[in-house]
Amino acid sequence: MLAAVLAAGDGEGFHAPGIEEFYPGALLFEGTIFEINRIMLVRFVMVALLALFFILALRRAKLVPRGLQNVAEYFLDFVRLHIAEEILGKGAARRFLPILTTFFFMITALNLAGVIPLLNIAGTSLIGTPLVLAIVAWIVFNYAGIKAQGFGPYMKSNLLPSGVPLYMAPIIVPVEFVSTFILRPFALTVRLLANMMAGHLILVLFFSATNFMFVEAGSALLAPVGVLTLGAGFAFTLFEILVAVLQAYIFTLLAAVYIDLASHAEH
Amino acid sequence: MEILAAIEGNIATVGYGLATLGPGIGLGILIGKTVEGMARQPEIAGQLRTTMILGIAFVEVLGLLGLIAGILFGGMG
Repeated sequence: MLAAVLAAGDGEGFHAPGIEEFYPGALLFEGTIFEINRIMLVRFVMVALLALFFILALRRAKLVPRGLQNVAEYFLDFVRLHIAEEILGKGAARRFLPILTTFFFMITALNLAGVIPLLNIAGTSLIGTPLVLAIVAWIVFNYAGIKAQGFGPYMKSNLLPSGVPLYMAPIIVPVEFVSTFILRPFALTVRLLANMMAGHLILVLFFSATNFMFVEAGSALLAPVGVLTLGAGFAFTLFEILVAVLQAYIFTLLAAVYIDLASHAEH
Repeated sequence: MEILAAIEGNIATVGYGLATLGPGIGLGILIGKTVEGMARQPEIAGQLRTTMILGIAFVEVLGLLGLIAGILFGGMG
């Protein structure tokens, strides 16, 4: 990526990073639907690293955890206690814990790729992954609702909450339909995608600006500004680590809330 | 009529700045009120925090829509 920025900066003046950052050239199978570019490769690497982490941490799990097992158990417990059981209660939490844990760890891993040197782009910064995850969450909460209430009552409690007078139905039903079945997955997708995209653009902007100030501008006046952008880039890298985990937490929390809302009829 | 001053460019460039105003105010009220609640009743701080983060998620998506709109309508070019 830095090489691309350098190449782009060969001309005169500074080129701010743009949306083309997210469309790198194909590496393999160009022109087919299995085309693999840099971002796809990052996703594969992060999934492999995540699997490796859990294999190493839990291969010989002991009753009294040590080292890596501690780290893995801390985060697994976090999802179970602070997301699943807090929102869903103990009973339902057991049923939906596998999917919630998968959401949390997959999103964390793909997000963290954005700050890992050499990878440098989040696997979730293209719409594919967030969209697939949001659709899975959509299927899961609808499944939970239909299973708990039956199809008819589930649709009725979502589209026409009890207590709403019947003459309001022409307004309430479309609004509730759009907000429950369309805006929820859309908001899940956009929240994750836009956060990671914005984070990547900020980091590229700061570090390419640093490179420009120090190397390309060749001016003693601009070099101190380069120190500033380098410091800001470093600070935002730390901020991106926070955002990566926070977004995974929010996505999982919202998925749990939607499951909880779907499985109880509104009174 | 004679034109005295003109600016060229795309209004989408400042669109994201405008889009952050509302969510910014919203986040301020939301987090401030939560802090207030936590100070009054520290024993339910955990519950308040979870609710706050849920609220943040809903407010934040409005600001992010501004970012997406800016890219869609050519603010990046």
